[in-house]
Amino acid sequence: MWRKIVLALIILVLGAGVAFFVVKSEPKLNKNFAKAGSFLKEHPFRLGLDLSGGTHLIYKADVSAVPSGQVGDSMDALRDVIERRINLFGVSEPVVQVQNGGFISGAGEELVVDLPGVTDVKQAIAMIGQTPLLVFETEAPAAPQKITVGPDGKVNLNVNPQSQYAPTQLTGRYLQRATLTFDTNNAPTVSLQFDAAGTQLFDQITKDNVGKTVAIYLDGAPISAPVVREEIPNGQAVISGTFTPMEARTLVGRLNSGALPVPITLLSTQTIGAILGDNAVAAGVKAAIIGFLLVVLFLILLYRLPGLVAVVSLCIFISIILALFKLIPVTLTAAGIAGFIISIGIAVDANVLIFERMKEELRSGHTIADAVKLGFSRAWFSIRDSNISNFITAIVLFYFGSSLIQGFALTLGMGVIVSMFSAIIITRIFLSALSFIGEGKVARFLFSSGLSK
Amino acid sequence: MFIIKHKKIFIGFSATLVVLSIFALFLFGLKVGIDFKGGALTEITYATARPTQTDLAKPLADLNFGDISLQPTGNLGYIVKSRDLSDAEHTLLLSALSLGGNSTLTELSFNSIGPSVGAELTRQAILAVILISLAIICFIAFAFRKVSKPISSWKYGIIAIVTLLHDVAIPVGLFVLFSHFYGAEMDTLFVVAVLTILGLSVSDTIVIFDRIRENLRNQANVNKINFSETVGKSLEQSYVRSICTSLTVILVLLALFFFGPVTTKYFALMLTAGMFFGTYSSIFLASPLLVWVEEWQKKK
Repeated sequence: MWRKIVLALIILVLGAGVAFFVVKSEPKLNKNFAKAGSFLKEHPFRLGLDLSGGTHLIYKADVSAVPSGQVGDSMDALRDVIERRINLFGVSEPVVQVQNGGFISGAGEELVVDLPGVTDVKQAIAMIGQTPLLVFETEAPAAPQKITVGPDGKVNLNVNPQSQYAPTQLTGRYLQRATLTFDTNNAPTVSLQFDAAGTQLFDQITKDNVGKTVAIYLDGAPISAPVVREEIPNGQAVISGTFTPMEARTLVGRLNSGALPVPITLLSTQTIGAILGDNAVAAGVKAAIIGFLLVVLFLILLYRLPGLVAVVSLCIFISIILALFKLIPVTLTAAGIAGFIISIGIAVDANVLIFERMKEELRSGHTIADAVKLGFSRAWFSIRDSNISNFITAIVLFYFGSSLIQGFALTLGMGVIVSMFSAIIITRIFLSALSFIGEGKVARFLFSSGLSK
Repeated sequence: MFIIKHKKIFIGFSATLVVLSIFALFLFGLKVGIDFKGGALTEITYATARPTQTDLAKPLADLNFGDISLQPTGNLGYIVKSRDLSDAEHTLLLSALSLGGNSTLTELSFNSIGPSVGAELTRQAILAVILISLAIICFIAFAFRKVSKPISSWKYGIIAIVTLLHDVAIPVGLFVLFSHFYGAEMDTLFVVAVLTILGLSVSDTIVIFDRIRENLRNQANVNKINFSETVGKSLEQSYVRSICTSLTVILVLLALFFFGPVTTKYFALMLTAGMFFGTYSSIFLASPLLVWVEEWQKKK
């Protein structure tokens, strides 16, 4: 019997430790936060955009020109480029994610960009939109353009230069580095170095087009169309033209901070001001606390001593969940907080089922110790089945796709799993430890229900 | 047991509510939010005085952005709804709303969603509903596979789904009324609420079915089972715990509705209605349906 009590005390201490961690690692709750150890400092609650304020952008990536096996790679390259660009502007904790086209989400390849703290949409889009699209094009055997002579004798010289070229595989994806150089006349030029794959492509292109021009297109406009004098096997190209040094430097900067592997268009924008975000957090916390208190009241009124035990294990449940939110970390959104609050309600369901079963066994004459054992074992099937169905819901919602819903599904699913642990194992340990109360009238009173039936 | 004795009344009552909800849906329709149909939503608040809608009418009309609606909120704010806006158009809108800089305003939030995103969301929503329903039927049929007398296990699954649809239809009907009278709009959270109701209310039905399963198993002679009596007894033994488990969730949901963030208010309300009807249907609909199906089977 002493073993059971010691076990219960150990759990209490561990639970208190977890709660301590949760409180101490949150700057708003810990007055000595600045002096806290680094482990505590590195785990604040991560807030989603609708709680912290910021901008959420969804871009559609046009992968029609990319061979199907390479779509994944291109999207990853795109992600890296945009992230590099954003990091240059010092946004704290930006999130750039590829959202793949799939059966459930249906759409094409998308890029989702979250910029916490950036509320000026113009600034955000400018940061991202400036990444240039670089394409090398070779002469295409297009139909020769007719130069017409109009009725008044004027020669129509509107030849569309673009139709003379066709794009190749060689794009900004393969660009390793661009540098500003000066040629022999001290005119500024931009020197390009391709990566391994790009070097091979460039080699092929120059070999096939000796004596012809290869056009370099930047964001859809040709910036240079040099004649290929010989095959270039080392992946180096030089763009010379009528640049001023300033223009050349800007071009090098833009090319280096990332030439986009695929073109992107902006599909949707969301900005939440910080004021709205703060209000939402305050309201969420308030609702969580009040919800918790209501449940505590309910448990104690209805189930007396076992109810109190359930309250203690509920507190441990909440500490564990909050600690997991910090450690994993889980980004909390308004929907995520709702999921957490709902899981508080669900967490006690298992306890309710067990206690009702216990009451039934007590009524049919069992001792308290037996009633506890039987309550747990016989209620297990209902608990297992109803939690599985909750979990199935959480899983389907998670694969639904959008990050808003995933936040809710994640907190709900985590709540279901941890609640099974806390309601069954922790409550059981505490209840068995309390068996020293014995079987007298007081004990039976404490274990029966506060309301009849 | 009196619920089983008067099962026709209770089934009829539930059916009436569902029919009324569907009727309301067709009569009033649902206001679709920008999450689904695309568009832009801008929330602004003025520093000192809010211009009237007539003041703003001309500058907004000059923008040529199509229909722009202004919804006053609080004393100093507007919620501006329009078609989706590019970045440049967004800047123009803000300058028109500030009357060329004469009335300083702060933008609280801005959402612009292209129409393709909305279509994608609709598709996802429908798929998710179908998936959850299928998963639940399979799960219940599996969990109750050993209780195939007198009703086969997949019939338990189907009745659970019928109950679920009832649990979803009525809160949706309620939402239609809110939509019509208070302007609530259908957005992503609405879909999440529907899916969550599907998942949560089934766990309540399972509590009762589980009791029925246990009592059926404990009967000595499988052929001498009086099914309706067994179901009635199971109901009596388990209705308290069914109500209590739902009550705990409803309590937290009410806290969320009254004290929680604005964005989740309708979400909490719909879930509360869903949980309430979920419990109601587990006790007053699912079990009577089971008995009804068994009696109809016997008559054949």
